[in-house]
Amino acid sequence: MKLARDTWLTFSYETGQLMHSPVNIAISLLQPVTYLLLFTPFLKSVMGASSYGGAYAIYTPLLFAAMGIFSGLFAGFALIAAISQGVIGRIRVTPLSRAGLLLGRELVFVVLTGFQAIVIAVVAYIFGLRVPPGNVLLALLLLAMMVLIGVSISFALAIFIPNQTALLNLTNGVTEPLALLAGVLIPLSVAPLWVRDVALWNPFAWGANGMRALFEGQIGPTVVWEAAVILAGLALVAVVVSSRLFNREIA
Amino acid sequence: MIEASGLRKSYRTRRRRKVTSVDAVRGVDFAVQRAEIFGFLGPNGAGKTTTLRMLATLISPDGGDATIAGVDLRRDPAEVRRHIGFVAQGSGTYDRSTARRDLIHQARMYGATKAAAKGLAEAAIKAFQLDDFADRRNGTYSGGQRRRLDVALGVIHSPEVIFLDEPTAGLDPQSRARMWREVRRLRDNGMTIFLTTHYLDEADALCDRISIIDAGLIVAEGTPSDLKREISGDVIIVDLAAPDTAGAPEPAVMLEGAKILAEQPYVHSCETIDTTLRLYVDSAATAIPQVMRALSNKGIEPGAIESRRPSLDDVFLAKTGRTLAD
Repeated sequence: MKLARDTWLTFSYETGQLMHSPVNIAISLLQPVTYLLLFTPFLKSVMGASSYGGAYAIYTPLLFAAMGIFSGLFAGFALIAAISQGVIGRIRVTPLSRAGLLLGRELVFVVLTGFQAIVIAVVAYIFGLRVPPGNVLLALLLLAMMVLIGVSISFALAIFIPNQTALLNLTNGVTEPLALLAGVLIPLSVAPLWVRDVALWNPFAWGANGMRALFEGQIGPTVVWEAAVILAGLALVAVVVSSRLFNREIA
Repeated sequence: MIEASGLRKSYRTRRRRKVTSVDAVRGVDFAVQRAEIFGFLGPNGAGKTTTLRMLATLISPDGGDATIAGVDLRRDPAEVRRHIGFVAQGSGTYDRSTARRDLIHQARMYGATKAAAKGLAEAAIKAFQLDDFADRRNGTYSGGQRRRLDVALGVIHSPEVIFLDEPTAGLDPQSRARMWREVRRLRDNGMTIFLTTHYLDEADALCDRISIIDAGLIVAEGTPSDLKREISGDVIIVDLAAPDTAGAPEPAVMLEGAKILAEQPYVHSCETIDTTLRLYVDSAATAIPQVMRALSNKGIEPGAIESRRPSLDDVFLAKTGRTLAD
């Protein structure tokens, strides 16, 4: 009960900070929307999609996956900023639940990415995407878990590597291969077999595959459920481990 | 209200596989009474902030014990948090937030309902006179305004004990005086205040009692006037720089002057600080003519001589052999 209250308190305070600068939120939409509108036509000819609707069905889930990977794994910088501004220190002296302090912050990124994804989906619909909305909602669920995993990892890294430059280099070095191995840039179907084998170990690849299947209009294929189970399990582990680390290192 | 015994903390730093241990706090004891302003006076790096962070539950001590408001710090830090407030040295707020929003959030973190939190924030805005800017972005505040917000946040839940880390560092004289008034007001309302400072005048004028800490150890403790009384007599400061030049005197002249004066029977001790010699004597009135005579006999003409009552800096000098003022 206290955990839920404190998580909500942290979440609403932090989102309140974001809402105060709607311009920044609008700017954060600029990149994914331009990617969606400029990259999909390329994909249409390369992938041989029969229509724009088909091309959007291929690219939208990949864009979701990219957003999930990048917005999650770069979340640590916001934590470092909050630590260096003394905000975390001030909060840690209050009786606020430690897990709530972390979880509330993690959910901010989940909701923010979810909001961006919804905008992307709406734009894609306008330009010809035809997928049952229920499938998109399930894809959003997978996306939420991907972000949660990424944020937890990034927060844990930020605690151990409070140096911004070092963290930036590490994060860049990790996110690019993860995105590549999730088929975000080039679909994994054209990758050699061994690359696909490596990708089996990339949870974000499972997420991307699950979302692709959902955008192809399927809802029951095993890949979706496998992705959901793997991501949910991993998200749980990541959240618990990061909050343990957080408690030990800065509680 | 606060009792600490043998509190210590060391930090391990690893550089090129070599682990070195730095003893930040090497066992400190003190007791702080209810509704008193207790100051930790010491130079930077003396262990003031580390002690404060241990008491505020931010880091756990390596050894020793402390009781705050009747709660054992090591056994139940979560319970300690309900009784204390803490204001760190830097600011603890986002530039893009506002005072009102942060005050409400702070009160909510201590369990207040939304309505109660709004009331508490309003009361804090009145008490700390934040009205003019409470709904502006924190980033637009002056240093003194921001600091007042920090303290207002630290006491929003009316804690029994408030810890202030260098509450007036970097403030202009006017804002400092104002902060001192706020701190006294909190004490007069029954709050116990534990603050750190490296300002002599702050320790002297604001604190009811102080501990002088140096290199992780407490070297003196008492009321500022008691501590100064330990240094009996007067202090004479002899400036050997020529009056009409800004330049420093020759090192040889400094050495010679220090040697002569230290040999004088009426001088208890003589310390060299920059271009000046600091003499501890029983009576400045009778010592000054003798000092002038002794120096001019050796052909040394002092640029200026002044006398004053002992200050906390003299206490620090007597205890550590170094001076705090710089």
